[in-house]
Amino acid sequence: MIRVENVNKFFGDVHVLKDVNLTVEEGEKLVIIGPSGSGKSTLIRCMNYLEEPTSGKVYIDDVELTHKNKTEMARKCSSMVFQQFNLYPHMTVLGNLTLAPIKLQGVPKEKAIEDAYGYLERVGLRHKADAYPQNLSGGQQQRVAIARALATKQKIILFDEPTSALDPEMVQEVLDVMVELSKENITMICVTHEMGFARQVADRVIFMDGGTIIESGTPDHFFENPQNERTKSFLSKILR
Amino acid sequence: MMFRAFMDGPFGPSKWMTLFSDFSEIFLIGFFTTLKVASLGLCLALVLGIVFGVFSTSNSKILRTIARVYVEIWQNTPLVIQIFFLYNGLPRFGLVWSQFVIGVIGVGLYHGAYISEVVRTGIEAIPKGQYEAAASQGFTYLQTMRYIILPQSIKIILPPLTNQALNLVKNTSVLAMIAGGDLMYHADSWSTYKLVYGPTYIVTGMLYFVICYPLSKLAERLEKKSKEDAPAPVGSDDAGKGGAEA
Ligand SMILES: Nc1ncnc2c1ncn2[C@@H]1O[C@H](COP(=O)(O)OP(=O)(O)OP(=O)(O)O)[C@@H](O)[C@H]1O
Ligand SMILES: [Mg+2]
Repeated sequence: MIRVENVNKFFGDVHVLKDVNLTVEEGEKLVIIGPSGSGKSTLIRCMNYLEEPTSGKVYIDDVELTHKNKTEMARKCSSMVFQQFNLYPHMTVLGNLTLAPIKLQGVPKEKAIEDAYGYLERVGLRHKADAYPQNLSGGQQQRVAIARALATKQKIILFDEPTSALDPEMVQEVLDVMVELSKENITMICVTHEMGFARQVADRVIFMDGGTIIESGTPDHFFENPQNERTKSFLSKILR
Repeated sequence: MMFRAFMDGPFGPSKWMTLFSDFSEIFLIGFFTTLKVASLGLCLALVLGIVFGVFSTSNSKILRTIARVYVEIWQNTPLVIQIFFLYNGLPRFGLVWSQFVIGVIGVGLYHGAYISEVVRTGIEAIPKGQYEAAASQGFTYLQTMRYIILPQSIKIILPPLTNQALNLVKNTSVLAMIAGGDLMYHADSWSTYKLVYGPTYIVTGMLYFVICYPLSKLAERLEKKSKEDAPAPVGSDDAGKGGAEA
């Protein structure tokens, strides 16, 4: 369970998150939508302390995230999938998947490799185990990144616009993997503009604008019957 | 007349004969001392360069300041003065080192400052996303450097690093000024004693050339290779193959 309490974030004078409160249950699939600059990335980056809130608190399973424990908490609790993949280019796909388990979690090398093949199988890239990231397409790289996130066996995976940097024809292969993933008891928090995905997978959708959560509800609520004017105007633009 | 002038001239055969009869005991000893000073000095410079290069990219203001001060002082004063200081200055504080040790520490500190800048540039070339991916997986700062950032920086760092090694070899010759027992020192004192100048310096130069030329060719090759690979960042065959190994 993740609890965000009265979180404010300033970048210099810019007030990016304004007193945000949010609780995400274990196993919940949460989709965050909102216009550019509304603070979506900043919010999920507060959940693994890539950004530290200016004030307010973030708890994971009732443990407060602090500057001191953020590395340990990242190691134990959450993984992240980035818009730009951020694979390690000097390592093979297999190296990318096994680095953290071997170096951080003390998994024996043979076991880590065996597990890695399993995760690659799940994202359909077993045959690319020995390839280097730069020799893969964008869609393949992002699927490797998802497998890398899975390889550390965390309960929480944070996705920050995982399909936004992809060529259109590669979006679906990544979404397919994420839909598969959503059948498991993993907490998925996902910033995305893929409304079809949100509708199919989300337990809850939240709409952010100007650093606050404007509206929150089930996908049905959102797409059939949004209440707030700003939500409506955003959705009308994006669903058109 | 002409013939006699040649035979007795500064480059005459007798001079060369004198030189080669003493070659092994004079030049080779110096040559190997120079090699030893250079390789130990290079090791020291590498360690210092990596440590201070990492310092100067860290989040800690104190570490960054320490690195800055070191780099600025050692880069902006002549090596000769640094060596003289170690030789004449430190004994006043009770620290007496042999010329050999002074040579190693002197060139090590001096080139460590330059290598630190080379390392800093290499580290700064790695995109922010790599740090974020590492942090999101729970790597500490030092682990991030060791497993993720430095292995990628190597390709950028290697060509200028080889140039530093080359300059380091040449710079060991300042040891001659404190009777350092190196190649230049032996050449100099022997030539003064035997009054054979021209050939001595030619041969000495050639001995430095023998070490430095391969290094400069290596630097050229690495430079070319790193330019060819430029858009695709680092893909050496060892790192990460068949799983992650340090
Ligand atoms: N490191 C930073 N330094 C300064 N300002 C920042 C920084 N990161 C984000 N911002 C600013 O904070 C605001 C919110 O950014 P954020 O990235 O959270 O928005 P977003 O909702 O994810 O937008 P997008 O859809 O474009 O990704 C923006 O105005 C952005 O310019
Ligand atoms: Mg964003």
